Amino acid sequence: MGLRTVLYERHIAAGAKVVDFAGWDMPLHYGSQIGEHHLVRTDAGVFDVSHMTVVDVAGGDATGWLRHLLSNDVARLEAPGKALYSLLLNHGGGVVDDLIVYRTEAGYRLVTNCATRRKVLLWLARHSQGYLVQVDERPKLAMLAVHGPNSIALASEALPRDCVEAVGRLGNFESLEHDGWLIARTGYTGEKGIEVILPGDAAGELWDRLLAAGVKPAGLGARDTLRLEAGMNLYGQDMDENTSPYAANLGWTVSWRDEDREFIGREAVSQHRQQQQRGELPVLAGLVLEARGVLRGGQRVETDRGAGVITSGSFSPTLKQSIALARIPSGSASCQVELRGGMVPLKIVKPGFVRFGKRIFE
Amino acid sequence: MANIPENFYYASTHEWIRVDGNGIATVGITDHAQEALGDIVFIELPEPGAATEAKGEVAVVESVKAASDIYSPAAGEITEVNEALIENPQLVNSAPYEDGWIYRMTLNDENDLNGLLGAEAYADQCADD
Repeated sequence: MGLRTVLYERHIAAGAKVVDFAGWDMPLHYGSQIGEHHLVRTDAGVFDVSHMTVVDVAGGDATGWLRHLLSNDVARLEAPGKALYSLLLNHGGGVVDDLIVYRTEAGYRLVTNCATRRKVLLWLARHSQGYLVQVDERPKLAMLAVHGPNSIALASEALPRDCVEAVGRLGNFESLEHDGWLIARTGYTGEKGIEVILPGDAAGELWDRLLAAGVKPAGLGARDTLRLEAGMNLYGQDMDENTSPYAANLGWTVSWRDEDREFIGREAVSQHRQQQQRGELPVLAGLVLEARGVLRGGQRVETDRGAGVITSGSFSPTLKQSIALARIPSGSASCQVELRGGMVPLKIVKPGFVRFGKRIFE
Repeated sequence: MANIPENFYYASTHEWIRVDGNGIATVGITDHAQEALGDIVFIELPEPGAATEAKGEVAVVESVKAASDIYSPAAGEITEVNEALIENPQLVNSAPYEDGWIYRMTLNDENDLNGLLGAEAYADQCADD
């Protein structure tokens, strides 16, 4: 038996097929992964993402410490209620993890991956020496993500009544705090929606109220195809400790706004940035298979500039064809993959295939 | 618990075969197999008229999770394929023993089927998976 979130019994009651995910017993789907994918693109679904790691940061040096630790610059979060996506980089400019950092009333909240938990907590502890910061993991919090075009309207029937109006006013990457809950307009699906981080003992009731309002459960399988359609990277698959953000379509998460900011990995990624401008780094591109078949992570591809590799590949339920993210030589104009003994052409596009239910590439 | 009809034969590789009479049999994949694969998105069907060996690769089923080869449970010739699966491969998920059948074939020797598993033996195998 693996670790279980406080909603485990409810997943079983909802018919979940449970799989091991980095030591956690998590719902892969509740009957149909594709059905749940469409649900999020057309209506509203709820994901239990309580397995993710939540870390609160407070103390007089919190801002200075995070400006040192993160690729993106938390100085851009001018007030509580703002959030941004960032990376943790190592000294070689590789990606230790990706995360969302929320500015809160008490300081900052980081939400990092589940599979990297131990490594990230050690990384944070190791690099906090000499700073006046308090770093607390919050394992008793639960986290629900409600996404889809109808998510906010339906969630409004389930959320505490006195914060519904304020939730409706939140812009993208904005959050509010209410009675120990943090409600944010963030997510991993390419649809509008909210993520709710709340005390574990309140999560069951919120789940029940969401279902009563007409939101349906969606599993980690749909979450993966949704994020892939949205062109969002998955840590450990599309980038890792040996990948530069500039070779992972994540250069935008490195903030150079303050030229004097000394962040971990700065020297290395500064070089990567120049290499990228000279076309010397591979790129993370989107690929589309027009023929029948499914691209899979790990498959080799051939471009006019040399070989590349698919980092994430799947069937896109929205487009009804296979899509992938692949690391290929910069400037590649054409790409092929071996399928069933023959070479089949692939279309190269910018990562990002579907947003708000619609195809977004040419 | 996966559905395993009594009057079918099963291969250890999770295909089923049912004798329809007149030397013709129908082949598909089991409920257990479709459940393990998850939502099926493409099926590469065999060509009618093609000869198949017992345990020979005849088709490929691609799900959201993985590509899986389908092996013919018996030797013979493909007579018909389920073209409804081209547009609607999820029939294999929703009705693996009925509308989700994959192909029909003639049997070179009906005695070949005795080398396959019955429902009970196949259920035991699934329980051990």
